[in-house]
Amino acid sequence: MPDQNLTGTRSTAPVAEVAQAEAGPPPGKPRSLWSDAWSDLRRKPSFLIAGAMILVLIIIAAFPSLFTSASPREADLQGAFLRSPELTKFFSPEWFGYDSQGRSVYARVIYGTRASIVIGVSVTVIVLFLGSLVGMIAGYFGGWVDAVVSRIVDTFMGIPFLLGAMVILVSFDVRGKLVITLALAVLGWTTIARVMRGSVISVKQADYVQAARSLGAGTWRILLRHVLPNAMAPVIVVAMVALGGYISAEATLSYLGIGLADPAMSWGSDINTGKDQIRVALHVLIFPSIMLSGTILAFLMMGDAVRDALDPKLR
Amino acid sequence: MGRYVIRRLLQMIPVFIGATFLIFLMVYALGDPVTGLFGDRAPDAATAARLRAEFNLDKPVWLQYLLYMGNIFTGDFGTAFNGRPVTELLAQAIPISFRLMLVAIVFEIVLGIVLGVVTGLRRGRAADTSVLMATLVVIAIPTFVLGTTLQFFLGVELGWVNPAVSPAAPFDELIVPGIILALVSLAYVTRLTRTSIVENARADYVRTAVAKGLPRRRVTTRHLLRNSLIPVVTYLGADIGTLMAGAIVTERIFNIQGVGYQLYEGILRQNSPTVVGFVVVLVLIFLVANLLVDLLYAVLDPRIRYA
Repeated sequence: MPDQNLTGTRSTAPVAEVAQAEAGPPPGKPRSLWSDAWSDLRRKPSFLIAGAMILVLIIIAAFPSLFTSASPREADLQGAFLRSPELTKFFSPEWFGYDSQGRSVYARVIYGTRASIVIGVSVTVIVLFLGSLVGMIAGYFGGWVDAVVSRIVDTFMGIPFLLGAMVILVSFDVRGKLVITLALAVLGWTTIARVMRGSVISVKQADYVQAARSLGAGTWRILLRHVLPNAMAPVIVVAMVALGGYISAEATLSYLGIGLADPAMSWGSDINTGKDQIRVALHVLIFPSIMLSGTILAFLMMGDAVRDALDPKLR
Repeated sequence: MGRYVIRRLLQMIPVFIGATFLIFLMVYALGDPVTGLFGDRAPDAATAARLRAEFNLDKPVWLQYLLYMGNIFTGDFGTAFNGRPVTELLAQAIPISFRLMLVAIVFEIVLGIVLGVVTGLRRGRAADTSVLMATLVVIAIPTFVLGTTLQFFLGVELGWVNPAVSPAAPFDELIVPGIILALVSLAYVTRLTRTSIVENARADYVRTAVAKGLPRRRVTTRHLLRNSLIPVVTYLGADIGTLMAGAIVTERIFNIQGVGYQLYEGILRQNSPTVVGFVVVLVLIFLVANLLVDLLYAVLDPRIRYA
């Protein structure tokens, strides 16, 4: 995940204990952007909080049974709704109360985590790969390649995200995690491509790229060893913020009834069923909503903190 | 200026064709409109073939698209499968969505820019960090969560507003839905304005304006803000299109029968002429809004001139 990425870069990058001067070239060996950002982030409370939240969410998504003994599908119609939340009974099935079919809301919230995290992360990974590749090629080669790619990106931008996803998904009879992931990725890669293109254009004129070229480095070597690492920063930031957006999109689609549905578990579809009984049982709606918003918030905070650390202009 | 507009209009053509063809492909090639028409039952072969011929569905996709676009440009948007012409649905839905969008965008512009300027000028202070945190929270809560809960509390529990909007959808009933629709964009406008103000506050022209003795207020409004608005205006231009179409969730919650409502019904029932017809109009709105934004740049920043 993001922090691994940062530590990875840090261990290979030369770390010099030289404070960077405000203007002019720094004396001695300068610290790389990534190691600089990392030392900044380690001391940032919002980064640490967001990181901890994301870590917990990943553990919940991977091992939901560690957090609750109840099954999210076990329905006890006798107790439906009658048992409202008992907020002092931490981690027990009745903590968040029961829904209209007598299923534990707490267990459903826990088991619903996986869908959101898996879809959010996999869409981001696909989009990062595809968008970076296309954006890099367009930005580096320019000319007609760039013109064609830019028009394609514009075309996708003309179609509203949610609308496009709905149109794609409605033509599938069974909508599993894979189909939703692919639908979101097909529509989402253009944002990354656009950012990467701009970033590569600003990097490709740099002296070290010219130097590599004059030393006879091949195109792919220049792209992967010199251009990509230096053009990556804004892309990573956009991707992290987008991850929250993809989680939100999945939940919105499930809420509209065009995403995951029973028997799959998703916060969005639980909120959809909860909204019909809002006057009788607010807790069925509230707890998945809090969990969903908290998850999105964690990824947004992470993206924000990383942006502040990577953007030297706002220091 | 005139030549620039013409060039931009020409550049819009491939994007318009591309975007409409893309949605056409998604609707007609990915889904099967005739099967969609029959719901869960399998269509009778002869009837299906007759319908396919009637809606040009037996021809290759590119020819279908050409025939469809030919009809569009003669003002024929086709008939929805329930027999109502799509133009009639458009005429009914667009004014409603336009009013909703207007409420949202006014709210965004006024509150977003004010908050952005205030926080940008007080960077790092308590007011700044708390507003920034608040914008993150607002962005993090999905519209459908905020919409349903606010509808419940304001509309049902407190009874301050009508929880559902009447079919005529006058302005006063659209205020709460408009604010809910605007909130996420409002947060983005605030953040964009703030960043832009922070960046420009150190610019030479601001220092010059201060040095020649202009009052603080005038420096902020006439020099700093005007130049800082460019990224904000870009965002707002793109947002008009998103707000018209992105109201799917808000319109559904408050039962507003605008563009989003018709699109939702059209998509769920696989009512292809409705979906494609509405998207064609939305893409047009999106492109025109972006063009207007580009022309606004020259008004905001005197250094930009269109020859």
